Amino acid sequence: MSAATVTALHPSAEHDKATERRRVTQGRVLASEWIKLRSLRSTVYTLLAAIVMTVGAGLLLSAFMASQVAQPDPQHPVQFDPTGASLRGVFLAQLAIGVLGVLLVTGEYSTGMIRATLSAVPTRLPVLWAKAGVFSVVSAVLMTAASFTAFLGGQAILGTHGTTLAATGVARAVIGAGLYLTVVGLLGVGLGFIIRNTAGAIATLFGLLLILPTLAEVLPSSWAKHVVPYLPSNAGQAVMAVQQAPGDPAPWTGFGVFCAYAAATIIAAGILLKRRDA
Amino acid sequence: MIEARGLTKRYGDKLAVDDLSFTVRPGIVTGFLGPNGAGKSTTMRMILGLDAPTAGAATVNGRRYTEHAAPLHEVGTLLEAKAVHTGRSAYHHLLALAATTGISRRRVNEVIDIVGLREVARRRVGGFSLGMGQRLGLALALLGDPTTLVLDEPVNGLDPEGILWIRNLLKALAAEGRTVFVSSHLMSEMALTAEQLIIVGRGRLIADVSVADFIHNSSRQTTRVRSPQAAQLRDLVAGPDVTFADAAAGALEVRGLGSEAIGEIAARHGMTLHELTPVHASLEEAFMDLTRGSVEYHGVTAGELAGAERSAE
Repeated sequence: MSAATVTALHPSAEHDKATERRRVTQGRVLASEWIKLRSLRSTVYTLLAAIVMTVGAGLLLSAFMASQVAQPDPQHPVQFDPTGASLRGVFLAQLAIGVLGVLLVTGEYSTGMIRATLSAVPTRLPVLWAKAGVFSVVSAVLMTAASFTAFLGGQAILGTHGTTLAATGVARAVIGAGLYLTVVGLLGVGLGFIIRNTAGAIATLFGLLLILPTLAEVLPSSWAKHVVPYLPSNAGQAVMAVQQAPGDPAPWTGFGVFCAYAAATIIAAGILLKRRDA
Repeated sequence: MIEARGLTKRYGDKLAVDDLSFTVRPGIVTGFLGPNGAGKSTTMRMILGLDAPTAGAATVNGRRYTEHAAPLHEVGTLLEAKAVHTGRSAYHHLLALAATTGISRRRVNEVIDIVGLREVARRRVGGFSLGMGQRLGLALALLGDPTTLVLDEPVNGLDPEGILWIRNLLKALAAEGRTVFVSSHLMSEMALTAEQLIIVGRGRLIADVSVADFIHNSSRQTTRVRSPQAAQLRDLVAGPDVTFADAAAGALEVRGLGSEAIGEIAARHGMTLHELTPVHASLEEAFMDLTRGSVEYHGVTAGELAGAERSAE
């Protein structure tokens, strides 16, 4: 047996030192996920789409409302929420950002990349935290910037019929829009790890966000009034409403409930990621 | 060094890997051979902690794979080719995985050069051929300069020049004292690359032999005889060590007796011979003999297919 063979059998002190230097850490896995996120055209385009939808639709609806109030009908005076009008694009943008959250995960499962990722990080959970972390920071920064842009642009279009960030609840609603979108994407990340299939995870995500509230309407009204406001999307959207409708949760309470749904999904994702074969 | 002890994987009521124990030693190339569906990939995934064994365990360099602090530095792996996001460039694919363990950009560029992908490194992997995908997989395996390599069918899809390159690369890596564990379903390829063979069929260990022993044991000879008096000749050459393989009417495939002996017996009895040919079994045939009965999917013309595969190489 050669000297090199012996080295491989009994790792040398040098090998141990190199191993220590190359230790997988949460920070390194975060760096890895950041490289992954920015090196895919699809993620960049999906983020752009979410920004364009937030700003574009917000400006369009603001312009529409501006034209409505310019020619007031004395019979039907226009009552509208200028903040809500300028943030209307969020309802479209949630589709893009939700898909992005799902794709960050299922894109790896559909291509087989996940096996390379998990053999580099065999403890697995750091991958989940890193994907959720990188996505949260990128989405919170970009989507909050987009909602501010939509709001400021929308108010500029509405002119005297608009409002300002100083008005009660407005700044919270604008920040809330960016946060709501981010948590939608986090739900997508969690569902991606649970379902591991793009179409299935997207269908589940939008089933929960868009279809569940409609289905819940068939509940007896004595139940519905307690259940419907706490369904994920309704609870989450409370934070981006300037004024709460009667029976709705308080803004941050609602958002807290929405975050709890996302946290439960991510925890379930972590348990399954740890247990299942890759 | 890789050690598998009682490794078992059950999917429902099907045993994919059945109580498999073996040791892969450093310093040599060890071939992991078996027909498709024999459980080679499942075994490799269990070694790499991707699939949890139903029973048993595998260790790499004395520890379970998942317990290594810097796995890419310990074990280089190539699983199925193109376990890569198709939308990312080869460079960014390697860079992202290098980042998990603090490997520099310089090393990423270095392995890209080693596998000869420099010109296409910035192109999206979706457009890569199978051979380019294999080279990228190898680049990832080499990234952390690991002491152990686990490679699943690395020569699949490579052209002859690529096959020769990989053969020399694996031998060189083993010569440096590394453990090199390579799966293949091609006996002929492993005979040229590996020193030790671990042969499996239907998830069970069939043989753990050196290539030299395998070749020695399998070089037994058959003699093909054609004669109008084949049936009588068969009775004359029959003996305790002599067996007959199936053959067409008027012909015999004799094992255990050389062509000289058969010729002399025929001459003594004044028989007419139309043919007397010594036939050496190829390694591929010896391998198929060994794994017959453990092949997962039989084609109607399995023999013809295997023949075509051999001549295509």
